[in-house]
Amino acid sequence: MELLPDHMRPERSFQGLILTLQRYWADHGCVILQPYDMEVGAGTFHPATTLRALGPKSWNAAYVQPSRRPKDGRYGENPNRLQHYYQFQVILKPSPPDLQELYLKSLAAIGVDSALHDIRFVEDDWESPTLGAWGLGWECWCDGMEVSQFTYFQQVAGVECAPVAGELTYGLERLAMYVQGVDRVYDLNFNGREGAEKVTYGDVFLQAEKEYSRHNFEHSDTAMLFEQFKMAEGACKKYLDAGWESGKKERHLMALPAYDQCIKASHVFNLLDARGVISVTERQSYILRVRELAKACGEAWIHTEAGGA
Amino acid sequence: MPDLLLELFSEEIPARMQAKAAEDLRRMVTDKLVAEGLVYEGAKAFVTPRRLALTVHGIPVRQPDLKEERKGPKVGAPDAAVQGFLKATGLKSLDEATLQRDPKKGDFYVALIEKPGRDAIQVIAEILPVIVRTFPWPKSMRWGERSKKPGALSWVRPLQSIVATFGPETEEPDIVTFDIDGIMPGNVTRGHRFMAPGDISVRRFDDYVSKLEAAKVVLDPQRRKDIILADAKQAAFAQGFELVEDQALLDEVAGLVEWPVVLMGSFDESFLKIPGEVIRATIRNNQKCFVVRDPKSGKLANKFILVANIEASDGGKAIVAGNERVIRARLSDAKFFYETDLKTKLEDRLPKFENIVFHEKLGTQAERIARIERLAAELAPLVGADVTKVKRAAKLAKADLLTEVVGEFPEVQGLMGKYYALAQGEDASVAAACEDHYKPQGPNDRVPTDPVSIAVALADKLDILTGFWAIDERPTGSKDPYALRRAALGVIRIVQNSSLRINLSAVLLVALRNSYQHIQNEAHPALLEFRKDISADQVSEYIERRKKEVEAGFGVGPKAGDMRPISFLDYDFDVWCTGSFELVKTQGAPARKPTWFLYTDQDAQIELRVPNRNDFLTSLLSFFADRLKVQLRDQGARHDLVDAVFALGNRSAEGSSVQENVQDDLLMVVRRVEALGKFLETDDGKNLLAGTKRASNILGIEEKKDKRSFDGAPDAKLFSSDEEKKLAAAIAQVKTDAGAAVAKEDFAAAMTAMAKLRPAVDAFFEKVKVNDDDKAVRENRLKLLNEIREATRAVADFSKIEG
Repeated sequence: MELLPDHMRPERSFQGLILTLQRYWADHGCVILQPYDMEVGAGTFHPATTLRALGPKSWNAAYVQPSRRPKDGRYGENPNRLQHYYQFQVILKPSPPDLQELYLKSLAAIGVDSALHDIRFVEDDWESPTLGAWGLGWECWCDGMEVSQFTYFQQVAGVECAPVAGELTYGLERLAMYVQGVDRVYDLNFNGREGAEKVTYGDVFLQAEKEYSRHNFEHSDTAMLFEQFKMAEGACKKYLDAGWESGKKERHLMALPAYDQCIKASHVFNLLDARGVISVTERQSYILRVRELAKACGEAWIHTEAGGA
Repeated sequence: MPDLLLELFSEEIPARMQAKAAEDLRRMVTDKLVAEGLVYEGAKAFVTPRRLALTVHGIPVRQPDLKEERKGPKVGAPDAAVQGFLKATGLKSLDEATLQRDPKKGDFYVALIEKPGRDAIQVIAEILPVIVRTFPWPKSMRWGERSKKPGALSWVRPLQSIVATFGPETEEPDIVTFDIDGIMPGNVTRGHRFMAPGDISVRRFDDYVSKLEAAKVVLDPQRRKDIILADAKQAAFAQGFELVEDQALLDEVAGLVEWPVVLMGSFDESFLKIPGEVIRATIRNNQKCFVVRDPKSGKLANKFILVANIEASDGGKAIVAGNERVIRARLSDAKFFYETDLKTKLEDRLPKFENIVFHEKLGTQAERIARIERLAAELAPLVGADVTKVKRAAKLAKADLLTEVVGEFPEVQGLMGKYYALAQGEDASVAAACEDHYKPQGPNDRVPTDPVSIAVALADKLDILTGFWAIDERPTGSKDPYALRRAALGVIRIVQNSSLRINLSAVLLVALRNSYQHIQNEAHPALLEFRKDISADQVSEYIERRKKEVEAGFGVGPKAGDMRPISFLDYDFDVWCTGSFELVKTQGAPARKPTWFLYTDQDAQIELRVPNRNDFLTSLLSFFADRLKVQLRDQGARHDLVDAVFALGNRSAEGSSVQENVQDDLLMVVRRVEALGKFLETDDGKNLLAGTKRASNILGIEEKKDKRSFDGAPDAKLFSSDEEKKLAAAIAQVKTDAGAAVAKEDFAAAMTAMAKLRPAVDAFFEKVKVNDDDKAVRENRLKLLNEIREATRAVADFSKIEG
C-alpha cells in the first residue's frame, strides 16, 4: 500500500478513517454507496441493507450512514453520546467463510494492531423489533471498548434470509476516538490538519447537537409528528397496494418508494418517543405498526427484480 | 483399545453456553456409543471460545456380533405368513430356518439371524453427523452460501472445521470420514487466533492438548479459571490489595479467552465516592473486569483486574490504557447518575409510578405501593414494628426503581434505595427496609430481621401472591413467570427466622381484600365480563352509571356512598355495584369447589366474576405448604415427618373451615416436625411408633373386612383384661396431658406425655387377642386401637411415618 499523507492517516483524521475503510472494502469487492438520503436510526435501515439482505442474489456493499437517535441527545454535554453520529456499514451476501478475518484486516488497515491490542468477539444477539429482524453475532471489543457489531442476519422484515448476509457496523466516532487517543468526541480531529487548518468534530457538529437536543426534547411539533406518522403509514400501505403488477401478487413495482415511508414512520416515532408523548403501552403498538410496514415492504421486495429469484 | 478425538472448531461461542455444550457433547456421543454396543472406558469434554472438544478412550475396535433367534410360523402355515417371515428375517427359503419341535402346539420354524458387528469407526462416522445436526444449542444460526438451501446446517456460530481421529495409542490414528454440509473431518486444527493462527496437525488427545498449549490455547476451562484466579489474586496481593472474588464473572471471563493474561489497571480515586456496589456493577457488567479491595478496611481500591486474551508485544500497556479509558468513561457516567439521583428526594419520584403499569390486571406501580403500604401497616403490630416507620418505608421502598443508577444497573435496586434514603435523612430502619424488603431472594440470601423490614418484606410478597392468585396467574409446572414460589418461600423463611406467629389465612384474606379493592374500584375486567357485542364506550358508560348510582345511594344501598356487601356470594368483600345480581353459573371444578362464581345483572349487560374465597384460600395455603415441605426437606428434615404433620392439616380441613388448618401457622408446623424428629430418635419413640403402626395395620385390615370404621369411645364394661383397662386409662391420661401440652405449644412435653403410652400398648399387644370370637368384644378392642391412633394425632399422623 502506498504511503498516505499524514492528514489522511486514520489515526489522525476522522475523514481519513472513513476513507481508509471505504478503500479497504472497495478492494474487497464491495460497491461503495453514499448515505441514504433520509433520516434513519441506524445503517441497517438503508435499503441497501434491509431490502438487499433479502432474496437469493449476491450483494456486497459498504457505506457511511448518518444515524439519528433523537433520545440520545445530550445538548453537547456528554463526551460520547450523540443524537446524530456516523455508522460505517458493510453487508456481504452470502456471508463469506472468512468474514471474521476480513473484519480483523479492516481493523489493521485503520491502525489497530492485533499484536498490541486485545480484540474480542463477545456474544451479542441482534434484534430490531421495528424491522422484524434478528441475527446472531458479537460485539467486537478492542481493549474493552465496543468498536463494531458483527451480525449474521437470519431474518429481516419478517422474511428468512436465504442465503444469510453478514453485516458489520463500525461505530466511527468511537473507533476514531480510540485510534486518535481522544476522550471527548468533540475533540476528534476531523480533517487531519494541525494548527489553524485543523477542524474538529466539535467544529462540525457541536452546535447541531445542541440545537437538535433542544428540538428533540423540547420543541419538536408533536401534533405535526403524529400526523406525519399517520400519513407515512397510510402512504406506505397505499404504495404497497398499488405496486402489485396487474393486481396479482407476483411482481411488485414500488417496493422502494413504499419502504421510504416505512423509514419515515420509524424516524417520526423516534422523535415522538424522545418527546415522551408516547406511553409505555402505546409505545409497543407503534413499534408493531412500523414492523407491519417493514414486513409488508420485505414481502413486496422479494417480488421485485433485485429481490426475487 | 482405540480412542476417539473430536474437535468442533467454530467462530466464537457465547461464554454462557460453553459449559453446557461440553457436557451435552460428552453425553450425546457416549450415549450413542453405548446404544451401539460400543462400551467405552472414559470420556471427557472441553471447551474454549472457539472449540468444543471431546476425548473418548477405550472404545472397542468393533461392535460385538449379534445373534438373534426369531420364532416363525408353524409348519404348514399359510404362504403369506411364511413369506412375511422370510422377508422379516432375510432368509432365502425355509430351508435356511431350523425346525423346532413342539408336541403340544405343533412344530414351528425358527430363524437364526447373525448380525456381525461393524467397525467402530464406521459406527462413529454415522453417529457424529447426527449429533452435530441435532445439537441442542439454546440459539443457533445458518451462514454462508449453503444457507440458501432449506435444511442447511445450523450451529451456534459458523462451524469451520472438524477434527475426528480414531485409533489405538500405538499407531497413527485413522480419520473418521463423513460430510456435514461440505465440512469434512481431518486432523488439522488451528491455534490461538492472534498468537498462533497457523494450522496444527494432531494425532490423538495427548498431542492435541500439548500442541494447543504450544499454540497458546489452554483447552481445559477449569485450568483457565485456575490460572485467572491465581494470577488475579497474586496481582492484587502484590500491590497490597485483595481480589473481590466473583464466581459468575470468573466463569464468564474464562469463556472469553483461550490464553488468559491477567493485567491490572487503575482509575481516578475521586470515583471512590460512588457506592462500592455501583463501581463494581459498572466494572463487572460493562467491562467484565474484577475489582479489588483494601484487606483492612474492606473498601474498594481504585484498581481493577482485566483478563486479556493475548500476550501483547508491549507487555499489555496499550491494553491496560484502553481499558482504563473505557472504565473512566463508564465511571463518569455512573458518578453523574449517582449525583443526579441525590438531587431528587425519593418521595418526589412517586407520582411517576402512576403511569407505570405493574401488571395489566393489577394496576399501576402506584396502586401496588399503596396496597403494600396498607398491608404492611396491618402487619406491623403482628411483627412488633412501629406503624409510622413501616408506612414510611413501604411508601419509599420502590422509589429507587426510578433512579438513574438503578435504571442502568438493575441489580443494585433496593441497595440504592437504602443509600438515597440515608442521604435524605430517613430513619435507619426505614432506609434498611428499602433494601431488605426484597429479601430473601434466593436460598442463600440474607433474611431480614429488623421488624420494619419484615413488615414491608411480608407485605410485598403477600401482595404479589394474592394479587396473581386472584387473577388466576398461578405457577404451573416449570412456569412461574412472577416468581411466586420464591415469594412464598421468602415468607416462610422470614417467619421461621424470626419465629413469627402469623395466622396465614387471616393475613392472606387481608391481602386479598387489598388486591380486590383495586380491582373493584377500577371495575376491572378481572371481575367483570361484558357481553361481546358491547363496545368499549358502552362499557365505560355502564361503569360510570353504576358508580354514580352507588354515590347517589341508588337501589338497595342503605345510604349514599355506601358500598353494599353482596352477602349471598358467601363473600365478605364490598362490591361497588348495587345492581341485583343473579347467579348464572360457576366456573372451575364443579360440585363443591368452583374457582369462580359468575353472576349476571338485571339488564344482562355484564357478568360479575367473583372468586370463591374458600378455593382461593385452600389453594394458596397448600401452595405455601408445598413450599414449606421443600424448605424443611432442604434443611434435612425427614420428608415423612413433614408429611405426618401436614396430614393433620388435611384431615381437619375436610370437615371444618380452613381457619382451623394446622398449616395455617407455619412456625408450629416446623416446631412439630422438630419435636417429632427428636422423639423418634428415642427408644420410647421408636417403640410407640411400632405399636401405633401395628394398631393402624390391624385396624386397616379389619376396617376393610367389615367395610366400616371403628370410631367412637370403647365401652369400659366390655374390657375383660387388665391390659385393656390399663391401655384405656393410659390413653385417657395421654390425651389430657398431650392435649394440654399442645395447647401450650410445648411439643416436646407432648412427646414425653405420649411416651407414657408405650408400656400399655406393648403389654396390650403381648397379652390381648384383638379378634376375639365375641363380636362385641372384638369391636370394642378395635375401638380401643382406634383410640391409640387418635391419641397420637395430637402431634402427627403416625401412619405417614416410615420405619
